[in-house]
Amino acid sequence: MTDGLDLYRGMRLIRRFEDAVQALFQKGEVHGTTHLYSGQEASAVGVCSSLAAGDRVAATYRGHGHALALGVSPQGFMDELLGRATGVCGGRAGSMNVIDLEHGLMGCYGIVGGTMAAATGAALAFSLRRQPNVAVAFFGDGTSNQAYFAECLNFAAIRSLPVVFCCENNLYMEYTPTETVTAGAIADRPRALGIATEIVDGNDVFAVRQAAASALELARSGSGPVFLEILTYRIVGHSRSDPGAYRKPGELDEWKKRDPLLLARRALVDEHGFDEAEVDRIDAEVERQMETIVENALAAPWPDPSLPVEQFAGGAR
Amino acid sequence: MSEIEFRRAIFEALDEELARDPAVVHFGEDIAAAGGVFAVTKGLAERHGERVFDTPISELALIGAAYGSAINGLRPVLEIMFGDFLPLVMDGVINQAAKFWYVSNGQGTCPLVIRSAVGGGVRFGAIHSQMPAPWFQNVPGLKIVAPALPGDAKGLLLSAIRDDNPVLFLEHKHLYGVKGPAGTGEAIPLGVAAVVRAGSDLTIATAMKSVHEALAAADELAGDGIDCEVIDLRTLRPFDVPAVVQSVERTGRLLVVEEAPRTGGWAGELVAEVAERAIGSLDDIWRLATPDHPIPFSPPLEDAFFVNAQAIAASVRSRLGR
Repeated sequence: MTDGLDLYRGMRLIRRFEDAVQALFQKGEVHGTTHLYSGQEASAVGVCSSLAAGDRVAATYRGHGHALALGVSPQGFMDELLGRATGVCGGRAGSMNVIDLEHGLMGCYGIVGGTMAAATGAALAFSLRRQPNVAVAFFGDGTSNQAYFAECLNFAAIRSLPVVFCCENNLYMEYTPTETVTAGAIADRPRALGIATEIVDGNDVFAVRQAAASALELARSGSGPVFLEILTYRIVGHSRSDPGAYRKPGELDEWKKRDPLLLARRALVDEHGFDEAEVDRIDAEVERQMETIVENALAAPWPDPSLPVEQFAGGAR
Repeated sequence: MSEIEFRRAIFEALDEELARDPAVVHFGEDIAAAGGVFAVTKGLAERHGERVFDTPISELALIGAAYGSAINGLRPVLEIMFGDFLPLVMDGVINQAAKFWYVSNGQGTCPLVIRSAVGGGVRFGAIHSQMPAPWFQNVPGLKIVAPALPGDAKGLLLSAIRDDNPVLFLEHKHLYGVKGPAGTGEAIPLGVAAVVRAGSDLTIATAMKSVHEALAAADELAGDGIDCEVIDLRTLRPFDVPAVVQSVERTGRLLVVEEAPRTGGWAGELVAEVAERAIGSLDDIWRLATPDHPIPFSPPLEDAFFVNAQAIAASVRSRLGR
């Protein structure tokens, strides 16, 4: 049973995990690039906390939050980001491509729109196998201008596939304000195809959870795909090298006042009857948890490059 | 021995696998109600119901449907009508399907097949006649199957559908109406070449329609006292390099014939593989491929463009100084 404190803990873990990734990146321990999820935690936690066993999620290259919200081991995930043998993919995937089938994560996709395609396929399998599961695709506002968007919405609609399309609209496609390169409103596009569509405050984890629960129920009932536009904001750069110079003056400060963790804390105390001290205790526990995770990850073994690698499943041919 | 038409062989493989394994599904544009633009899948939907279905013209969604369902319990066979449309599915094939098993560290497999009609010589012009094999040749994790003979087409497709890796299954549109021995009708392992004509002076390694051209050239050259061995590669990735090496160790000469532009094609790759392993056995090694320009439409231009039996025979005579 998930309660408000669990939702808060889930979001707190993602935020502190991303802080730790950033710190490790600056120390040269996390290699390549990273796309942090900070600021968007309510979306992943609100949606993933509503899933049933066997449901599948396709996450983006900004996928740390989705993975952690699904219950992927934060230790295994951190080990993966550091390229260690103990990572969830043995160090083969890294930040942008993690797969953890045991926790329903069918993949994180480095190409914009790939999640919609993957989730549509998973939903096709559920549909034909009469399996009572739903596939979820997370993607950003920028995906709305990809061919995948139009094709997958239509394909899912004509076959009434059990898929929930979660568009995390954080206003920017990389560095470019999405509104400057997008005609009309994103939500009008699925609506034009007759797809049930809802726009939700993506910084309010309780609102996201409620919207996601309804969407999942509808999709699971066999009535076809559902589209959620989840309005949120990324409070860090697009990737590690982005100072965010494109933001409008004051915009970041305004959104920080609506930080999903702040909103959740306020709701837990004001509306759900929890003490500040209970919330503080979660913060402290997550703090200790992350310290241990970082310590363990830095000590984890590297993969052995001398081990033979097969090209194909099932042998050389 | 009974004969079978190439397109019928494809149908039988699909029909048998759909009947044998409830996880197998087949979908694509015009394949169900219309039976396919090359009339390969006529009647298949009637026999297998909802597991054979028509789709919108949405190649990106289709490869997503194939990939996503393949990693979630199905064994999809997707038809991409013409090989020239395969560039549209490259993201799904290269970035998703072919990487899934490796990147996931073996958590799961991605058993999908893409059937596609390929090749030229049918007056379809530059963008309905191409050979996509080289475009996919350097994608680890992907298999490329390219049958020449009807009996092989069935056995190889059976294996492709049962394989746990993504497989690109290329059907040369010139071969659909070709008849040949049905063979055993059993699965034929992927990655294994076949010697379709034994000979002692020269090895010709090739695939698909070019196997038929090579066999005709070998007949012609036999009249000149040149005894050609012809190897049907059958799988273009992975190559059966040992089979070719074994052959050239006897014949001392290798000609690779590829229906695709010379630059960056698989013929160059096979020549390199064989040269690296058997340079000491080789008196000569070369390749014939198509020119490095788009496929022309006009019949005399198109006819001159492809490497046919006469071109193979002429090239062999010239290299052997006959």
